[in-house]
Amino acid sequence: MGLLSKKDSKLILDPLADNNPITIQVLGICSALAITAQLKPSIVMAISVIFVLGVGNVIISLMRNIIPSKIRIIVQLIVVATLVIIVDQVLKAFAYELSKELSVFIGLIITNCIIMGRFEAFALGNGPWKSFLDGVGNALGYGIILIIVGFFRELLGSGTLFGFKVLGDPVEKTFLYSIGYENNGFMVLPPMALIVVGIIIWVQRSRNRALIEEN
Amino acid sequence: MAINTEKNSYTVVFAIIMVLVVGSLLAGLANGFKPLIKANERYEKQQNILYAMGVHENEGPNDVVFIPTDRVEAEFAKYIKKQYVIQGDKVIEDDQAYLIDIKKEANKAKDGNYQRRLPLFVGEKDGEEIYVMPVRGKGLWDAIWGFVAVDKTMTIKGVYFDHKGETPGLGAEIKQRYFMDDFTGEKFLDGGAFEGITVAKGNNDPKNEDKSDGEVDALAGATITGDGLTAMLKKDVKLYVDYFKKLN
Repeated sequence: MGLLSKKDSKLILDPLADNNPITIQVLGICSALAITAQLKPSIVMAISVIFVLGVGNVIISLMRNIIPSKIRIIVQLIVVATLVIIVDQVLKAFAYELSKELSVFIGLIITNCIIMGRFEAFALGNGPWKSFLDGVGNALGYGIILIIVGFFRELLGSGTLFGFKVLGDPVEKTFLYSIGYENNGFMVLPPMALIVVGIIIWVQRSRNRALIEEN
Repeated sequence: MAINTEKNSYTVVFAIIMVLVVGSLLAGLANGFKPLIKANERYEKQQNILYAMGVHENEGPNDVVFIPTDRVEAEFAKYIKKQYVIQGDKVIEDDQAYLIDIKKEANKAKDGNYQRRLPLFVGEKDGEEIYVMPVRGKGLWDAIWGFVAVDKTMTIKGVYFDHKGETPGLGAEIKQRYFMDDFTGEKFLDGGAFEGITVAKGNNDPKNEDKSDGEVDALAGATITGDGLTAMLKKDVKLYVDYFKKLN
């Protein structure tokens, strides 16, 4: 990475694995379980969060010296809400079909704890460029988990990926279904997202023992 | 000059300015996009009505492909011959009938003195008259709605369903092709009486070959959405029965 200094690239790369917002900090679990029943909404959600968190971090960082500390949480909330409304309106005007598919999910970005968490913990104390990298990095870390969970839930729950029947047709009994394979309906339900996230956490910590908390 | 951001007066001024800036930004944005969004909603309605009566661009067996937005207005004018507003015994022709908000009409009708206006679209496809009715009801989480196309004996020619927030993979499947296609051929009238169509579990007819039972196969894991859909069809389509009885 010639473009970024070592410190800067750490800002992007760290949240992808060893400081992942979902698996290490356990933030943003609520949306991770709500929207990951299928792969496509997971990906669009990831992209939207990258936009909102990247831009939001820059805005907060630019305003960090003039925000009154007593109302800083409210100010942060207004920034997120504004960005989310802009995303929502732009989608409605220019990508109507997509916005219909995502209706509630876009609004859910406001409640994503990762965003407020990064504003409060990073953007308030760092410059705009660093904040931008941090925002994008954390959103990517969040997005990766979303996509992994969405992949397994759609594949095992519905036997499809992006709506394509990759495991054969369950009604016609082709391919895997012809030898007795069945879809696992549990995977479509929200609690299974937690179990998949749990498995990811387990795998991650068993590969990197430094991540295991003591006590 | 360093600003003292701790002072109360500063906090209040900051809050006021922030609200003004954000408020006008969003208001301007909403106003600027309003015509685009309204047009999108209108196209969507036209697409849905045409889809229900079988005017679409489906190719593969799982496709749900509407007429593209740039052509939908012309196609709508071509296929939909007449639009009626039914109010009690009166039937008025109105080429804006598809813009009637049936949710508002249903709410107004609750007070009893109001005769609700029912839009009905008469289309023609392959030389046959098709009648399209809008329906609206409740799913598990939020509203579900759709359009039902029938011939004059109230046998279904096609349907289109949509929802606001049903569970992806479960209730949200009502807008999948395999579910909607099951309705084609089912009859709302059994003999002379209105029976409705039931989304039924355990009717032992997963491919829906029996078109005389008034039942379609339910979606596993979406009981409430299915029941809501049954109720929606029973309640809203029933409003049109008198009109159809006069036709025959």
